[in-house]
Amino acid sequence: MASIIEGYLGKRVDGTKSRMPARLDRWQSASGLFLGLFMWGHMLFVSSILISKDFMYTVTKMFEGSFLFAQPHPIIVTLSVTFVFAIFIIHAGLAMRKFPYKWKEYKMLKTHAFALKHEDTNLWMVQAFTGFMMFFIGSVHLYILMSNADKIGPFASSDRVWSDGMWPLYLLLLFAVELHGSIGLYRLCMKWGWCNGTDARAARKRLKKVKWAVTAFFLTLGLLTLAAYVKIGMEHRNDYGQRYHPTAIIAPLHLSAQEVPS
Amino acid sequence: MPDTAQNKGRMLTFEILQYNPSDPQSKPHMVTYHLEETLGMTLFVALNMIREKFEPDLAFDFVCRAGICGSCGMMVNGKPLLACRTLTKDYPDGVIRLMPMPSFKLIKDLSVVTGQWMDGMSKRVESWIHSKEEVDITKLEKRIEPEVADATFELDRCIECGICVSSCATALMRPDFVGAVGLNRIARFDIDPHDERTAEDFYELVGDDSGIFGCMTLLGCEDNCPKNLPLQEKIAYMRRKLANVKDTGGGLEIRVEG
Repeated sequence: MASIIEGYLGKRVDGTKSRMPARLDRWQSASGLFLGLFMWGHMLFVSSILISKDFMYTVTKMFEGSFLFAQPHPIIVTLSVTFVFAIFIIHAGLAMRKFPYKWKEYKMLKTHAFALKHEDTNLWMVQAFTGFMMFFIGSVHLYILMSNADKIGPFASSDRVWSDGMWPLYLLLLFAVELHGSIGLYRLCMKWGWCNGTDARAARKRLKKVKWAVTAFFLTLGLLTLAAYVKIGMEHRNDYGQRYHPTAIIAPLHLSAQEVPS
Repeated sequence: MPDTAQNKGRMLTFEILQYNPSDPQSKPHMVTYHLEETLGMTLFVALNMIREKFEPDLAFDFVCRAGICGSCGMMVNGKPLLACRTLTKDYPDGVIRLMPMPSFKLIKDLSVVTGQWMDGMSKRVESWIHSKEEVDITKLEKRIEPEVADATFELDRCIECGICVSSCATALMRPDFVGAVGLNRIARFDIDPHDERTAEDFYELVGDDSGIFGCMTLLGCEDNCPKNLPLQEKIAYMRRKLANVKDTGGGLEIRVEG
């Protein structure tokens, strides 16, 4: 009944304001923080291909539970991706509340941003635009990974990138994620004053530099990584679907006493 | 000073919006004026010269001419500035486009009513000391630590010019947003020990999406405030404080009669 009264009258029965706006604000920031940090880790793991195919294979198997089980279990990846997908949807739902949703609002925002030439306002425009892009391209990627968790590996991923024609989507996704994520993490620090220290203005200047350095680092790493998967995918296109076998596996050694060299 | 070629200033081009919303015949349009620049010319000086020489009807607001009264905020090439503190020499190409500040009620041309907006904001954040203590004005005011007084006065430097509102895309998109000026005011009363309001009380005033949680941290306010108020820092502080207000209310009391 209290909820119905609040819904109709916009006021709680004891006359106080709902705490929901505070909760939504915290959840928006928390989900964004999780996704931003997750994407840093994700990019580092994906870029393992730049070291070697074997290393990428090992990382993949690690996420399939190789450190716990004798056999890989891609279901672990499916569950992890499902969890990330859920956070992604929650974040999208919370963040879209900030979008200009009427033409008049959009017109005002566009006129203002173009006239003001203010970096942080423009960065927000980039964030809103890349966020909107990711509703679609991010969902495609997450769904494919969720439903094909066993098809991650040096060859399987490269086949997906090149032979399955996913590279244009990944190229767009790379820019969208890295720009949105680094701007978002910077904005989170500003929004909650986490990095203000004793001189908030100096801290902001430093943080802005760090933000651009992080963007440049992850974009470079991402482009090199995508190029590596494209290269492997092109070389592997005639063997499409064939899985990678690591060149060296440390297997348990069973030697009888006679076989042990003296 | 003799009017020689050496003393001649460059020609400035002013594009000024002209519109009178109370005149049904009036249509918003830009009018261009050319004016010779003088030494140390501010927009205040330039606008007065334009009014004297070309457009006696031109409306714009000024009171103090020294960046204290906060009356002369306007959009100068898209950026909200106090016209009295804006030098024409800072525009190398000599083209200056003046528009009234958006988000405030337009009277005419460059003249807007910031007072009406600020009045609404002041009422919303209950911009006065809340205290149960009976004040005896014949006695000295309750003493507070000098550091606390300084921190309060620091935020009291706000001149309500409206520049933080006009530089904030959130405030422009959502006219019910309380704006940095309102959140700064909340932070000011939060510091002031004379005010007995708690975080719960402030939550009731700005704890929603048109208040503290509506701020998208675009930082236009922080970067354009002519008084350099620490708006990012104070809004972040209030956000932390109000986001953690405990939920103790909301329960339903059912009264059964008969």
